[in-house]
Amino acid sequence: MSNIADLPLDVLQDAHPCVGEFFSTLGLDAADSRLALGEWLAQLADEDILDVGMERDQMLAHIQRLINEVADMNQTADGVVRSLTLIGGRDKAGTPETARLVVRAGEVVCIVGPTGSGKSRLLADIECLAQGDTPTGRRILIDGQPPDPERRYALDRKLVAQLSQNMNFVVDLTVREFIAMHARCRLVADPDAVTDQVIACANELTGEKFAPEVSVTQLSGGQTRALMIADVALLSAAPIVLIDEIENAGVDRRRALELLVTGSKIVFISTHDPLLALRGAQRIVIRNGGIADILATSAQERRNLNRLESLDALLLEIRERLRRGLRIEEELQWSL
Amino acid sequence: MQLITVAGSPSVGKTSVILRACEWLQREGLRVGVAKFDALSTSDDQLYAQKGVPVTVGLAGALCPDHYFVSNVEDCQAWGQRQGFDVLFTESAGLCNRCSPHVAGVFAICVVDALAGVHTPKKIGPMLRLADLVVITKGDIVSQVEREVFAYHVRLANPGARALFCNGITGQGVSDLVAQLRQAPATTALEGHRLRFPMPAAVCPYCVGETAIGVTHQRGNVKKMHFVDQEQGS
Ligand SMILES: Nc1nc2c(ncn2[C@@H]2O[C@H](COP(=O)(O)OP(=O)(O)O)[C@@H](O)[C@H]2O)c(=O)[nH]1
Ligand SMILES: [Mg+2]
Repeated sequence: MSNIADLPLDVLQDAHPCVGEFFSTLGLDAADSRLALGEWLAQLADEDILDVGMERDQMLAHIQRLINEVADMNQTADGVVRSLTLIGGRDKAGTPETARLVVRAGEVVCIVGPTGSGKSRLLADIECLAQGDTPTGRRILIDGQPPDPERRYALDRKLVAQLSQNMNFVVDLTVREFIAMHARCRLVADPDAVTDQVIACANELTGEKFAPEVSVTQLSGGQTRALMIADVALLSAAPIVLIDEIENAGVDRRRALELLVTGSKIVFISTHDPLLALRGAQRIVIRNGGIADILATSAQERRNLNRLESLDALLLEIRERLRRGLRIEEELQWSL
Repeated sequence: MQLITVAGSPSVGKTSVILRACEWLQREGLRVGVAKFDALSTSDDQLYAQKGVPVTVGLAGALCPDHYFVSNVEDCQAWGQRQGFDVLFTESAGLCNRCSPHVAGVFAICVVDALAGVHTPKKIGPMLRLADLVVITKGDIVSQVEREVFAYHVRLANPGARALFCNGITGQGVSDLVAQLRQAPATTALEGHRLRFPMPAAVCPYCVGETAIGVTHQRGNVKKMHFVDQEQGS
């Protein structure tokens, strides 16, 4: 690569828009200068240098690193993960966990256990791809191997996305602007199309439809959940998704899970919801900060899941009628 | 001894993150200490003391806190060495987004807060741009989307630097932070080390006690704003 200090500024900024953005965040006007970058930096007043808070050689090095970083972002393919292996460590009392669990792409694993038993701790271990270096001593393998440290620490290409319980929107943007902002950062080819797709998909997941023009801060809990699930399924780079409880807040949980696993994600959900807990292929039972058991969902449990789902559909239908101002006066048929 | 400078705006979570890291390092049998810098007062020392972390406090009072930091960091280093620490953190708040306590050859952490909005990384000066490691807190209370967008902007603001999420309350992510700290160089003496970037010259008339408003009182290093409506006529 030629030395960027010798490149004319207009050429440089044409080829690398990030450089122009960098100058504007520094408050420097480098718009159409034909000077070579090095010469241009040299002719800046010392006072300007003090104002922007970087020396000339620091700016030069920064611009070089910035160009490399953007090239790197464009090149790195999103991670494909075929399997995740969870190897037990120890519980709160120091008793070893014997568990060893392999989860394949497209599988859902539920985590059940009383509040405070250590479900979040397990999610945290997966989130940081623990290597025996967390208090539980658990280890996570990716495709059967300890994760490449570069991958483990890659910040915006993280392998794991987490939808946490108590999250808020800080930005005040419309749904469309918000998802489009994410799409641009993800450097997708057609941000507008992906944005429309995410919003349409979110609307399929929730009973309460919302328009792209509504502000994200006005969404209900269910709408917010639906939007985040659609976004993580269609737009996030992460092949592993952790969900801390999908409350029964007007989200079609079955479709949400189907959406996630059709994208070949590996999904962990901490939940007490029978519809979710029985939908996973396996569930991890947490007790005393440790993995007490791993249960594969049995054939009978699957049949029971079907019955629970019909019950749930009935409840949903009643809820919808109540919302429309109707009465519920017929004898309800609970027998299935 | 490893010296680690930790900087970030007030309330981003510096104390919380340092505490989580200290707990971890202490569990590994290391001796850790903190030198806490603040402007007028602080109660962080009590938080550190509660966790059994030895702490020394410096209050800048009427001086610029960041200038005060540089004048005293060498003595803090000497204190840490006398105490036999393996790791000494300094905690200081970048009050103007412009000063930066980072010293060349000393591991530099900037703490930023995901709650502050996705464009904040662009607005923070040398404190972020020249740090070795950026720690992002409060990721737990923003959406996954905002976390990813925030991370992207941090990457552009300090390309090539390590950055990670760390929850100051639960400690999630602190194992990654500690792994990064292991790579920090040892600092034996600070004499002759240099700041990564000069701090602004604080010699405007109000620095030296002027209280009256108006151009006739403004002698020395004064910088005036530009107004678009007045430029157009000229
Ligand atoms: N939710 C949440 N709160 C945090 C986090 N880190 C720090 N806090 C809270 O933010 C407040 C300020 O933290 P503190 O460490 O004192 O900030 P400092 O002024 O930068 O030292 C405290 O109430 C902390 O409990 C975090 O990761 N998540
Ligand atoms: Mg503090």
